[in-house]
Amino acid sequence: MIIKCPYCGPRDVIEFTYQGDATRTRPNPASTDQDTWNAYVYDRSNPAKSHREFWLHGGGCRQHLVVTRDISTHIISSVVYARDYIHAGGK
Amino acid sequence: MVEVSRATRLHPLQAGHSGILSVSVTLAENATRISLRAREDAIPALSKALDLTLPTKPKSTASNGARSALWIGPDEWLIIDGIESSVAEDLRKAKVLHSAVDISHRNVGINVSGKGADAVVNGGCPQDLSLSAFPIGAASRTVLGKIEIVLWRLAENEFRVECWRSFSNYAYAFLQESARDVAA
Ligand SMILES: [Zn+2]
Repeated sequence: MIIKCPYCGPRDVIEFTYQGDATRTRPNPASTDQDTWNAYVYDRSNPAKSHREFWLHGGGCRQHLVVTRDISTHIISSVVYARDYIHAGGK
Repeated sequence: MVEVSRATRLHPLQAGHSGILSVSVTLAENATRISLRAREDAIPALSKALDLTLPTKPKSTASNGARSALWIGPDEWLIIDGIESSVAEDLRKAKVLHSAVDISHRNVGINVSGKGADAVVNGGCPQDLSLSAFPIGAASRTVLGKIEIVLWRLAENEFRVECWRSFSNYAYAFLQESARDVAA
């Protein structure tokens, strides 16, 4: 799999580290609701379609990225900086 | 008739026997190295202090004499200079926010040179090392096998691999084995 880093251009996936599902929203840290935290930690929808993921270009420019990837075909439709994604409210 | 093909058995410690290979894997001279981190607005002042223009594009480098600056990330450079270097003092003169850490002893440099040096590096590094994608003077942080390296192309058939000190045995043996594979 090739990920096109916005800085570095197309690079092999082994230069990157997967950092998890980017579609989750962390509950309010003050919350003590067990079901909410349980859902945040364990529930994954695992859709056989386009999905958003955090990746780190650790073997490169060290930028955190959000990759939109179709899990069934590995086709990547977009790669953006995680900071921009977060500042845009996760969209 | 049954034909039996046998793989040539090589001694695991034979990697150092590189006499017959077209690509040599040798240790680079000791060097002064600085890990420089700074934001974009500090680049002009740091460039002035270093007496070279800090590169701002991926895979690019800039040199002045023995001193070179390698672009590593949007706010990160690896400065490599001769063993006798005033680079730390020079950077101290730049009165802009930056971080300059002496990593001379953290890194080890390994030279890979000779015809097919690109194939030897590609034995463990996924980057496109064609001259159009990785020209002479290009440099990048990347991976070699299971370790992180900084790769720098000094000539068409000459690369410098910078790795962390504790990974140097691995990198050295890996590159020698790859040189043997490329020769075979
Ligand atoms: Zn990158």
